[in-house]
Amino acid sequence: MDRDAAFFEFVCRMGDNTLVLGHRVSEWCGHAPVLEEDIALANTALDLIGQTQMWLDLAGEIEGKGRSADDLAMLRDAWDFRNVLLAEQPNGDFGQTMMRQFLFDSFHLLMLEALEGSTDERVAGIAAKSVKEVRYHVERSGDTVIGLGDGTSESHTRMQAALDLLWPYVGEMFQSDEVDAAMVEAGIAPDPASLRPAYDTAVRGALADATLTVPESDFAHSGGKTGYRHSEHLGHILTQMQWLQRAYPGATW
Amino acid sequence: MSAPNSAYPDTPGTPERPQRHEWPLWEVFIRGQHGMSHRHVGSLHAPDAEMAIKNARDVYTRRNEGVSIWVVEAAHIAASSPSEKGPLYEPSESKVYRHPTFFDIPDDVGAM
Amino acid sequence: MYAQMVKSEAADDSAEAQAFQARIDAGDKIEPKDWMPAGYRKTLIRQIGQHAHSEIVGQLPEGNWVTRAPTLERKAILLAKVQDEAGHGLYLYCAAETLGVSRDELTEMLLDGRMKYSSIFNYPTLTWADMGAVGWLVDGAAIMNQVPLQRTSYGPYSRAMIRICKEESFHQRQGYDIMMKMAGGTEAQKKMAQDALNRFWYPSLMMFGPSDKDSVHSTQSMAWKIKMNTNDELRQKFVDQTVPQAEYLGLTVPDPDLTWNEEKGGYDFSEPDWSEFYDVLKGNGPCNTERLADRNKAWDDGKWVRDGLLAHAEKRAARKVAAE
Repeated sequence: MDRDAAFFEFVCRMGDNTLVLGHRVSEWCGHAPVLEEDIALANTALDLIGQTQMWLDLAGEIEGKGRSADDLAMLRDAWDFRNVLLAEQPNGDFGQTMMRQFLFDSFHLLMLEALEGSTDERVAGIAAKSVKEVRYHVERSGDTVIGLGDGTSESHTRMQAALDLLWPYVGEMFQSDEVDAAMVEAGIAPDPASLRPAYDTAVRGALADATLTVPESDFAHSGGKTGYRHSEHLGHILTQMQWLQRAYPGATW
Repeated sequence: MSAPNSAYPDTPGTPERPQRHEWPLWEVFIRGQHGMSHRHVGSLHAPDAEMAIKNARDVYTRRNEGVSIWVVEAAHIAASSPSEKGPLYEPSESKVYRHPTFFDIPDDVGAM
Repeated sequence: MYAQMVKSEAADDSAEAQAFQARIDAGDKIEPKDWMPAGYRKTLIRQIGQHAHSEIVGQLPEGNWVTRAPTLERKAILLAKVQDEAGHGLYLYCAAETLGVSRDELTEMLLDGRMKYSSIFNYPTLTWADMGAVGWLVDGAAIMNQVPLQRTSYGPYSRAMIRICKEESFHQRQGYDIMMKMAGGTEAQKKMAQDALNRFWYPSLMMFGPSDKDSVHSTQSMAWKIKMNTNDELRQKFVDQTVPQAEYLGLTVPDPDLTWNEEKGGYDFSEPDWSEFYDVLKGNGPCNTERLADRNKAWDDGKWVRDGLLAHAEKRAARKVAAE
């Protein structure tokens, strides 16, 4: 695979993860269980939207066809999105949202820490800025998962259900392919598979504190980060997110 | 921890107003970026001190207002009552020399 | 305003009440532990509570467009603004709590209809231009009321308003910025902008409440300095400020009788349809049902989360005690 083509793919993966997850989190706006959580969720969404802007700007620059971050966010169809399936899963109840957040944040943090050492200065720069935000995300989502797992019997039951539902989407984040191989070769990004042991240590530790049981099956859904087969949910996200840009082509806002 | 009424945890329940089981109220103190003391900025609700600090970060430092956060459960703050205002504060009012504006410094001396 | 038609309790004429009034007249701030007339306390709880509820319900019409914002930057700005509103609600609830009512109690009174929120949030947001109109007109009207309230007599309320006004300054600007883009954009965008102004003009005027120059309640609240201006004064000020802004945008204020009155140095304008206002207050606005249903659902769905995190905190505290 051509290095720049792989580089573009990789940066889209980073940017689409934050774009789609940020969109999902923003859906909570005004509906959280308590005011303090509403404000905290908005902060997480704002961080993710800000990171999206940086990643997709860089993707446009690498591609060299003059596409802006907004062009990439608002004018691609589902098959061109490169986010992991986990990010596009519906919010469900608050527990499901926080479980999705924790499972993603834990991966995100390890990835960004590795990217701080990227040979590409732009990537290292975005990672250095993002890692500070994501370190807080994982702390917050982790504490919430622990608190709700080890809370009441109802909250425990709901968190276990959330974990059972979402665990099959964890594996995809660590699957390596030719894009990743090209990134490792160029020293731009780590092999995602290499992040798995640290992930398991951190995540399984927190889930144990949350008194939750990790499912035994290691089955992993895939197709998001390659764009081969997204879930049906992504299309519905795009119908909202892209509505104005699609309905009024060429208008500035 | 089981504050019956988050604002006034020591308020006993009555038939019309039963005791409540809410997240307690915390007072938030933040040190800005200029090496100042912690300053009271407001309050919020949280189940415990750790979450109160996190909530304070999310609620009260949205515009980079702080570098250090203290939280204190509102119920644990001891406050002087207004009737004590006289004896507690009046003595210092007579020590006007403690305030820099007490002194007239000649303009020629420059900023001080 | 965000607090409309707040019924004021009567003052008593005890010696304490007279001394209290003298403190207010002298510009003193009243603090939570100070003696205060029962009527002052009750009226403030009602007013601050209604103000807080308005911020909370006010998240919904704008939150309605967060997932459809046209660019990443617009989405971030809108989300930050709606988040500020949650923060403002939070500050105000905390101010009300110093008067001896808890946030959850106030919330329950909002949810079962015992307490009100501003009529304006019962109107729908139908196009992206409505995000501009809400920021420009609704926040513009709110600021008219909030700036003087920074000087209100009750310390915690005053401090909350100071913080809110500081954060609020970007809200109206971002709304006007959206309007400028729309009014200077394509034909469709211009049409959206004019349509938004048409729908939000009169509901914005209603935000100040009906004329209260002869109202007993209003006189008492003004004596206590928990209301700083009459509704008519603020409405006039709002119209005088807003009309030139509409002209700059090339938009038409939907009032054929709007004329500049040289003598009074302000505009003459048409009153909104007050029967519509009372309908909205009674629960018959276009979105009353949805707004309350939304807040009720969020509160009910969130109960297990609030209980769960509190239970965890209690368990941890107990484990800590056991370990010592």
